[in-house]
Amino acid sequence: MGILSKKDTALILDPLADNNPITIQVLGICSALAITAELKASIVMAVSVIFVLAMGNVVISLMRNIIPSKIRIIVQLVVVATLVIVVDQVLKAFAYELSKTLSVFVGLIITNCIIMGRFEAFALANGPRRAFLDGIGNAAGYGFILVVIGFFRELLGSGTLLGIKVLGDPIEKTGLYAFGYENNGFMLLSPMALIIVGLIIWVQRSRNSALIEEN
Amino acid sequence: MLEHIELFFKSIFIDNMVFATFLGMCSYLAVSKKVTTAIGLGAAVIFVLAVTVPLNWLLDQYLLRDGALAWLGPEYADYNLSFLSFILFIATIATMVQLVEIVVEKFSPSLYNSLGIFLPLIAVNCAILGGSLFMQSRDIQTLGLAFNYGLSSGIGWFLAILAIAAIREKIRYSNVPAPLRGLGITFIITGLMAIGFMSFGGMLTGGDEAPADEVVANAAVAKPLESLQADAALETQENSSLDKTENTEKLAAVDTPTDAANAINE
Repeated sequence: MGILSKKDTALILDPLADNNPITIQVLGICSALAITAELKASIVMAVSVIFVLAMGNVVISLMRNIIPSKIRIIVQLVVVATLVIVVDQVLKAFAYELSKTLSVFVGLIITNCIIMGRFEAFALANGPRRAFLDGIGNAAGYGFILVVIGFFRELLGSGTLLGIKVLGDPIEKTGLYAFGYENNGFMLLSPMALIIVGLIIWVQRSRNSALIEEN
Repeated sequence: MLEHIELFFKSIFIDNMVFATFLGMCSYLAVSKKVTTAIGLGAAVIFVLAVTVPLNWLLDQYLLRDGALAWLGPEYADYNLSFLSFILFIATIATMVQLVEIVVEKFSPSLYNSLGIFLPLIAVNCAILGGSLFMQSRDIQTLGLAFNYGLSSGIGWFLAILAIAAIREKIRYSNVPAPLRGLGITFIITGLMAIGFMSFGGMLTGGDEAPADEVVANAAVAKPLESLQADAALETQENSSLDKTENTEKLAAVDTPTDAANAINE
């Protein structure tokens, strides 16, 4: 692997599947669901979280020996909030429409449990390099689920992907619509995000029975 | 008075934190295995929301928003510090939670024993920060309304976690497919509950005043697309016109299912 040892690769790859932050660790659901009606918003959200978590992990890991443990939550929150303000301002400057769609959910990255969870569980006990990889891995596992949900919701709900009409034109009845296919508008409503996550969990746990819960 | 009642019921049922905006899902899923613990956490959330939302409203009104510093003197009227709102809101929340914990521990040990363990959890509960951010973006007008908003969103969250905890206690005796047990079925049930709560959506359209007609029309356009956008559309006219142009484009693509979804809504 060259620069990355086996352990390092595991840090990145584990959270993508068997230790996924959303489906296994149950972290960071809040923002995952509300913004996934479009693939584009999901991707932007995923990239923002990767940036915030990787940078935040490095910062916390560098400071881990000087943070008094009593006030560590507040220190962590301040670090995340600073990074999120950067993301928010960048989005407002370069993708204003999108930042309107994401509305308060960019701000809610601050309280995304996945971030605090990784700070507490990993960055406080490991060096900056490993913390960086862990941040990338976990945020990517989170982003992966987001993109999957966004993909299905946009494809089945509006018949588009990233705004491109992949299934034909519903008004002029071209492509699939010529055969009587209809978009499922229900997919665009927020409860469907929950049900899709439920189904992803179902698929994942049927493939790996070690993950099945007792009750 | 009427607007208080309206906001109260709207925040509990229509804009329910869990079912409409998915805020506080992490603790909602993690602490809903038993009804008693769910009640403890729910009560703590109500309390903290009712305290932090009005506090952050004051911060927003007199420190952060465009021109908010005008009370210091005319030369400060041009400042717009709203980019600092995330960090100030979260600092307020974290401090308040810590403070509340200390005070409760000192004066009411029994309450501390039932609430105490949940209080640190709450600082990072998205519902709390979400409450303050929605308060800011929905442009809530008075301190009283801000308090009302915090309290009623908290009650909405409380009801949601209470309901899911009760269901999860019962579902333990059901024969759920093994891979779905635990987390999976909880997600699906929450989804179904959210669909149920959507039926409250039509509740408030009748009593609104004349200018609301346009807003409602916009909302009808936006709702099936994404409740989030609908929220934005309801909030400010300016937003809604922005959304509308975007939505009408998409609406062309989702024409018929929109009707179907409306029918389901009703």
